[in-house]
Amino acid sequence: MDVLGSLLDGFAVALTFENLLLALIGCFLGTVMGALPGLGPSNGVAILIPLAFTMGLGATPAMILLTSVYYGAMYGGRISSILLNIPGDEPALMTTLDGYPMAQQGRAGEALALSGIASFFGAFFATWGLVFLAPLLVKVALLFGPAEYFALFTLAFATLGGIASRNQAKAAFAAALGIGIAMIGVDGQTGVPRFTFGEVHLYDGIDFLVAIVGLFALSEVFIFLEHRASGAHKGADQVKIGKIIPSWSLIKYCTPTMIRTTILGFVAGVLPGAGASLGSFISYSVEKRLVDRKGTFGTGDPRGVAAPEAGNNAAAGGALVPMLALGVPGSGTTAVLLAVLLALNITPGPLLFTQNPDVVWGLIAALFIGNFMLLLMNIPMVSLFVRVLMVPPRYLMPIVAMVSFVGIYGISGSSFDLLVMVGFGVLGWVLRKLDVPLVPVILGVLLGAAMEKNLRRALTISDGDWSTLVASPLSITLWVIAIVGFILPIVIGPMIRRRMAIRRKDEEGATVD
Amino acid sequence: MSDRVFGGIGVVLAIFFIWQATLIQESFIQDAVGPKVFPVIIGTVLGLSSLYFVLKPDPEPSWPRFGGLAEIGFAALVMVIYAMALPELGFGISTAIAAAYITWRLETPPLKAIIAGVSISAGLYIVFRLILGLSLARGPLGF
Repeated sequence: MDVLGSLLDGFAVALTFENLLLALIGCFLGTVMGALPGLGPSNGVAILIPLAFTMGLGATPAMILLTSVYYGAMYGGRISSILLNIPGDEPALMTTLDGYPMAQQGRAGEALALSGIASFFGAFFATWGLVFLAPLLVKVALLFGPAEYFALFTLAFATLGGIASRNQAKAAFAAALGIGIAMIGVDGQTGVPRFTFGEVHLYDGIDFLVAIVGLFALSEVFIFLEHRASGAHKGADQVKIGKIIPSWSLIKYCTPTMIRTTILGFVAGVLPGAGASLGSFISYSVEKRLVDRKGTFGTGDPRGVAAPEAGNNAAAGGALVPMLALGVPGSGTTAVLLAVLLALNITPGPLLFTQNPDVVWGLIAALFIGNFMLLLMNIPMVSLFVRVLMVPPRYLMPIVAMVSFVGIYGISGSSFDLLVMVGFGVLGWVLRKLDVPLVPVILGVLLGAAMEKNLRRALTISDGDWSTLVASPLSITLWVIAIVGFILPIVIGPMIRRRMAIRRKDEEGATVD
Repeated sequence: MSDRVFGGIGVVLAIFFIWQATLIQESFIQDAVGPKVFPVIIGTVLGLSSLYFVLKPDPEPSWPRFGGLAEIGFAALVMVIYAMALPELGFGISTAIAAAYITWRLETPPLKAIIAGVSISAGLYIVFRLILGLSLARGPLGF
């Protein structure tokens, strides 16, 4: 099979000393960032992007570092969910439901170990799913012309608000704002400056890395300043961890749950606009309906810990499928990863698999290796990360802010970019307050130019005839999905939200994965 | 109310955006669509969605009191000054001051905050300049 052959080549790429070291560093930093409340996968990756650039890493090593952070953050989120009842990041929200009760019964170690295994299970099989599904999707993507790509971009924006979106108008506003920002600079097709107001710095457009780091990392610092870092970190030391080796019978008991939720999570990840948060939510609720006969879910049932963890890690792998195969990310973190690829001058999408197979397969192989590293880090060494949780945010947040500045200054060496970044930080804070999702803004800044280019190419080919946008069955299908995906949350969103709100929803967690 | 104000700003922004789009100079190189059409479409989406919040606002978010707003404002101001001072004072000094400020505002006693600021600055310098070899801003003292 040629897929397995390519995968073997990928292992040859990934198994160099440098790449293994980067994967190890990435997994470690990712777990730390996932574990710390307030720093989720998208912030974590955003902070480290400038680092990857300034270290002068090539495309494959940079992607290996950053996707390891991504996978690591997915593992790490559970630690504070279980020990502190505070989700380390949004997808880990559902893990608090049974994880914290288990910790209160003195079974924290067991919960940590079991959730580590569930995370591994979900991520490992989702990576296999990525291996087989992505090349299939590439075959479909080769049928895409500019009109279909334009429809696909519209679909990505229309569904990004997500099934649980509170207000679709706000999601639309965010996307339009992002695309509008992407219009700033010299027009790539005709060479005329747009929205630059004569400012030379703006001719190059706004660098999306500046926007991402400002919107995600700096706005987090502002949120902490507003709340003065109140009490989120008390009590980590009081929890007894207990034994961290789960018994075989416990693992066996949870295996059917893990198998089911891995499949569910993977599908949720592949679908546009769902992402890991929805993956863990669906996994937990379906599993509760299926196996919870005695009403033990919510009181420390081990299956209630395994389900959301397998689900969210599988979704993380699934979300990489559309990002790599189509160049259209399905979630916030994969949007950030897409930014990295674009900045490295690599265009994701079907051609990536033929032009840069070493990047794709090296990355996938690195994910397999990273998974084993994460399993080792997260079970025997979990107490190390528990200690990290005790770093008070008042020392952590200044470091986050300063690393953001260092990184952006390291790339461009320009004070102007730093000022723009502060501007995005304040904007991000205001938007979060007003409940406007940030991910569509980022995606707009990232994809706005490509979206316009495809529209104009399609119309150039058709000589200005707009009906070309709905001329093929493929593009009509994409438009229909886009419209349904935009309207559906308005109809069923309130229903899902009400169920998610059963648990206290962290109001500030606006950077939905 | 916040949403209505926000929507109002959005509508003004959208009108300004569309107006600016119509002012874009056309080039002699021309494609079927031109550089103006897509920004106008985006401006329209921006305007329509803003109009929606004006008409149907969400429940009021919990804005911080005046003190909280001032806190954010001062922090942003410190960051702006930091960005401008970086090429003048160099990385070491500016970072120590900015980090100490943020640490202090996150309820750390002043002396501890200064120590934290200096250590953060030194730590980042060691990691990024000495280990990773990044070019950081150089000041009069060479760091």
